Amino acid sequence: MTLPIFYILAMLSVFCALMVVVARKPVHSVLYLIACFFTIAGHYLMLNAQFLFAVHIIVYAGAIMVLFLFVIMLLNLNLESEPRKSVIARVAAVSTAGLLFLVLLAAVKSAEPVILDTSASGVGLVRHVGLKLYNEYMMPFEVSALLFLTAMVGAVKLGRKEATHS
Amino acid sequence: MSTPADYLPIAMMFVVASGFVLFTIFVTHLLGPRRKTEVKLEPFECGIESQENARMPFSIKYFLVAILFVLFDVEIIFMYPWAVNFKDMGMFGFVEMLIFLSLFLVGFTYIIRRGALKWE
Repeated sequence: MTLPIFYILAMLSVFCALMVVVARKPVHSVLYLIACFFTIAGHYLMLNAQFLFAVHIIVYAGAIMVLFLFVIMLLNLNLESEPRKSVIARVAAVSTAGLLFLVLLAAVKSAEPVILDTSASGVGLVRHVGLKLYNEYMMPFEVSALLFLTAMVGAVKLGRKEATHS
Repeated sequence: MSTPADYLPIAMMFVVASGFVLFTIFVTHLLGPRRKTEVKLEPFECGIESQENARMPFSIKYFLVAILFVLFDVEIIFMYPWAVNFKDMGMFGFVEMLIFLSLFLVGFTYIIRRGALKWE
């Protein structure tokens, strides 16, 4: 039952990931990336990682992608004003990306697969993640609040600097 | 203990929602009359003539609001496993989250005091 679902999901996620790269318009790329995130969330669900599933949809597909869209709108990408890349640059880009792909492929091939029965242990359930996070990893959890505080202060500072100049 | 099969209703909801959208888009193309005039094909048909390109620089304020939204969104994510375990952890978990939220509250008051959300 799960195998056909996995194949459909995998096909969709590979297709969406390819379209992110291939799509000519940047906004279309972002939309395909959102679709890709949703399919990956489906993969998490198949692995019984339900907390990651929720995080992936709420934070990544919901919030981070809004930021991506904003960045693309701020970048002023016009089709006419886009500089044409030279042939040498394109060849260099393709070959370096291809080399990186080969390295990753080799790393994945040589890796020892660990078959983890996630459905029996239930490590990825929201309940179990919470128990670990709020007991064992209490300190990192509280420190992360400080990290968010710095992020807030940094964002406000950087955002205000522009306002005083213009 | 919940299994992936428990999420089948959600998957079905996804299918129904996207199916409805695709169905409506498809059917309106079939049923509706097709009158393509220049005015009708404009992206925004609101009576005011559109000016310039859509890709023009806009205020960083929008982006700032989006970034702050992401930060508070992540805060909500932390509350999700906490709420599930709330009864088991008792007072300890409550105080823990109180400290976490008070740090966030400091950031929130900073944002408000600095007027980062003010629209001038």
